[in-house]
Amino acid sequence: MIPTHPKLSRRFRLQYEEAQTRWVLLYPEGMVQLNDSAAEILKRCDGERTVAEIVTELETAFSVQGLTTQVESLIEEGGRRGWID
Amino acid sequence: MAGSTEFAPVSEALSMLAAKTHPAGPPLWLLAELTYQCPLHCVFCYNPTQHARIKDELTTAQWVDVMRQARKLGAAQLGFSGGEPLVRDDLEELVQEAHALGYYTNLITSGVGLNEARAQRLKDAGLDHIQLSFQDSTRELNDFLSHTKTFELKQKVARLIKAHDWPMVMNCVLHRHNLPHVDQIIEMALALDAEYLELANTQYYGWAWVNRDHLMPTHEQLIEAEAVVNRYRDKIGKRCKLLFVVPDYFEERPKACMNGWGSVFLSVAPDGVAMPCHNARDLPGLKLPNVRDMALADIWQKSQAFNAFRGEDWMKPPCRTCDERHKDFGGCHCQAFLITGDATQADPVCSKSPHHDKVVQLVKKAPAQRHIPIVFRSDAESRVLHPEA
Repeated sequence: MIPTHPKLSRRFRLQYEEAQTRWVLLYPEGMVQLNDSAAEILKRCDGERTVAEIVTELETAFSVQGLTTQVESLIEEGGRRGWID
Repeated sequence: MAGSTEFAPVSEALSMLAAKTHPAGPPLWLLAELTYQCPLHCVFCYNPTQHARIKDELTTAQWVDVMRQARKLGAAQLGFSGGEPLVRDDLEELVQEAHALGYYTNLITSGVGLNEARAQRLKDAGLDHIQLSFQDSTRELNDFLSHTKTFELKQKVARLIKAHDWPMVMNCVLHRHNLPHVDQIIEMALALDAEYLELANTQYYGWAWVNRDHLMPTHEQLIEAEAVVNRYRDKIGKRCKLLFVVPDYFEERPKACMNGWGSVFLSVAPDGVAMPCHNARDLPGLKLPNVRDMALADIWQKSQAFNAFRGEDWMKPPCRTCDERHKDFGGCHCQAFLITGDATQADPVCSKSPHHDKVVQLVKKAPAQRHIPIVFRSDAESRVLHPEA
């Protein structure tokens, strides 16, 4: 089950790292290095947008179609790993 | 993704700290060992046993400079450790600076010295997380192993941490005395609302190396404890993440120590000595640089010490041709040195090492060695062990 309005957990900090030229998630004594796609999804997990809205926004921004499965699977994985409430 | 229309598959989205192929990518972790002073006397402390001989701590301004340089190089995680970092009364100032620089700040503490006023100041300074150590779930063993009366204090500090809404990693070093209490240790972590519990089996460095015979568990104890941990994992789900670190001596393959030498980890000791591993001070043949004399970028990229075991050039058989060398990088050099006398050997924990039997014997002979007195970490014992200076 994925949340209707996914929200990045307050226990994780999403931050762009210049030296790594990528976004990372920081948490106690750890760091997850994200690729651009994952970062773009997580940036939009603010508890306001629905999953469908996130998909539409990304499809518009990057002029692609059919991102639903990818977005859902990242949100599901994020939930499993505790990144997403 | 800006400027790109490519949307990489999510299956590629999740790379944890991957091994670096570049000889010197950025350091990602800065461990700031602010002081070797500590009010506790733990028998398994990993600090160098010569701590009492190491004087001349870096000043506030020098630490700030180190943090700025490391951040510029790429470090994102910052651990304030020691000894007991709360001994430094400039800790709040350092945390504030670290926070402003964009670090994720971790305080690794025994809890001694953390009262309401300091907790509030650290919160205001932007501290992100606190790791609190316990020695056991019982007052008797906690206080015996640390040679202090700190059990109640730690409980109080744990509540203080939660009252300030910090995530808390509870850390408990395991050994033969407390492995049978692992269920109670987990219950304590749950009762105190820890988000993570690190059940860190003793690794034998520093004082733990001196006291290894007293601490060495049995295989049966470890199997039993791990089974208990797994049962709890099923039961508690995401409520508290349980990390069970199996001790090296009971493994057949070495750990990927420091994720590879000079790969992601940069440690600065209280006296300014920079090391690729906080236990590397004793390794022979290393010219350890000091942040007082050398820019951090040069230390990281060019110093002899940080390049000594970087990559694979140092490797001898069996590592050189081993198909697992990209996974464990040959293991731990400190362990190789302590057990074989040669830091360029494969970590003898590895069953492929010609010295592996030495590890087996250390485990096997431990019970017969317990007539040797246990040594509590103290300045006096440090000077006894290192009379030269």
